[in-house]
Amino acid sequence: MSLLQTIDLNKSFGGLHVTNHVNLAIAAGEIHCLIGPNGAGKSTLFRLLLGEYLPSSGKILYDGEDITRLKPFQRVARGLSVKFQVPGIFKGLSVRQNLEIALQARFKHRALQAESDRLLHFLHLESNAVDRAGNLSHGQQQWLEIGMAMSLQPRLLLLDEPTAGMSPEETEATGEMVISLNRSGITILAVEHDMDFVRQVAQRVTVLHFGKIFAQGTVDEIIANDEVAEIYLGEPTYAA
Amino acid sequence: MSRLREFFSRINGPQTFGSGPRFWIPLGVLLLIAYVFPLFSDDYTIGNVAYFFTWLFMAAGLCLMWGYGGTLSFGQTAFFGIGGYTYGIVTLNFGADNGVTIYALVASVLLGAIVATLLGYFLFYGRINGVFLGIVTLAVSILLERFMAQTAGPQWRIGEARLNGFNGMNGMPALTIPWPGGDISLPAGAGFYYVILSILLIVYFGIRILVNSRFGNILVAIRENPQRAEMLGYDVRRFQLGAFVIGSALASLSGVFYTCWGQYITPSSMSLTSAALPIVWVAIGGRGDITASLLGALLTLAVFQTLTVNGAQYALIMMGVLLLVNVLTAPEGLILQLFRFRFKLSPRSQ
Repeated sequence: MSLLQTIDLNKSFGGLHVTNHVNLAIAAGEIHCLIGPNGAGKSTLFRLLLGEYLPSSGKILYDGEDITRLKPFQRVARGLSVKFQVPGIFKGLSVRQNLEIALQARFKHRALQAESDRLLHFLHLESNAVDRAGNLSHGQQQWLEIGMAMSLQPRLLLLDEPTAGMSPEETEATGEMVISLNRSGITILAVEHDMDFVRQVAQRVTVLHFGKIFAQGTVDEIIANDEVAEIYLGEPTYAA
Repeated sequence: MSRLREFFSRINGPQTFGSGPRFWIPLGVLLLIAYVFPLFSDDYTIGNVAYFFTWLFMAAGLCLMWGYGGTLSFGQTAFFGIGGYTYGIVTLNFGADNGVTIYALVASVLLGAIVATLLGYFLFYGRINGVFLGIVTLAVSILLERFMAQTAGPQWRIGEARLNGFNGMNGMPALTIPWPGGDISLPAGAGFYYVILSILLIVYFGIRILVNSRFGNILVAIRENPQRAEMLGYDVRRFQLGAFVIGSALASLSGVFYTCWGQYITPSSMSLTSAALPIVWVAIGGRGDITASLLGALLTLAVFQTLTVNGAQYALIMMGVLLLVNVLTAPEGLILQLFRFRFKLSPRSQ
């Protein structure tokens, strides 16, 4: 059963078809990675799923419901959450305030405090609770945003390049965090460039090229695909 | 005791500076001075301080919208004018007896809120933000000023109330409170001073409670990162509209009190210069905190009046210089900077 599905999704800017008849299905409970070279249309597809762009044609179904015309906050209310490429946090506020603002829709008073404590521990940010979020390292800001996205208890978490700008250690820790979230029942769709991260977390991979779905399969299948290596690197040797 | 504790827990929070005795004791002393000051002062000075207070409601509203919500409206004076003119029209037609001035006050604030709801709906639901919102709101204020300035002829009347064009309306009754032994009229003296100071206190505590509530937290989140706020499931437009309506209703309240105080209102109260001044007051105090905004506005109003009395045409230029110095040396606001020094607070982005 697909939790998220796009049906013949198109997005054009003038004469430029950025998303071209995309039929994508994300199964409930999986970690699905969306990869592709620069300009493949990953970010546009991501924004279409979020509701920041309206498609030129086609449909987006979430748990069977047509959400194509819903506003972003309405999609969030249905169980969709997002982590942006550039950390989308409230930089002028403390780390705890960031989490509490995300949590206050579901918790109050002591429960709010307890839940933010739990998240701070999960995110390894306990010692930074009163720090200004803008002063955290890049990796910590990414984790904080994942925590904010998680605090909505989403069914589907969209991650836009979650490891962008991270060190290898931070990337690995982020991968573990994503796997742990998935084990807790959250379906994950990640747009990612870092193939090490994709290898670490992905159960299924979709390759986007010129706005179209170019290939789909498991990580091993995609890595072994010479055509994918060619569009990425210009030569069929990536698998090696 | 538990009620007092609950009250303090609501007015103290992450969105307002000052939560302990080091803040509340000096503020309490300041309020005590404000309440006993009329006992030791003359009518002119009391009336003059009450005049300063009339503007602080607009400053409080602007602080809520701009400082906490990140929405800079350049046209709060439009709502000031709507409040003042509505009070004038109602009271000139129905007099001051039987609590009419109180009804006029409520009607004026409500009309300001209704106009703000309509204007704000098109602005926020049309996704007009940032500098464009400032331009549109300023245009509305100047449009109202231009319109009211050309209402000089005898045909421009609503019932008994002549609009009087550029000269403005005058002769409105003072705020009058119905009382069993006879109505109490409150011209610009000690009585009016106490009423306006008390309402100002209610508004101050009300805003402190509001900004430290769930609504205030979301408002601050929208200021910091509207995209993220929306992706946390909050309808950003609804919260921005809410803050705009409250801020505009407070501007209307300022207009009503100003009209009660001077018993006149003119179109120039909605001019470009008038529209710019509230922004200067709030910016100098520190838009990110309600206490700093109000103290800053009070101080700036006093300085501006002193400059006007002594320097006449140079007063506005000096205000501009003061704003420049403020932006260059304490961009968060001079009073807020002093708060940080006094309470040893770490910098916070506004």
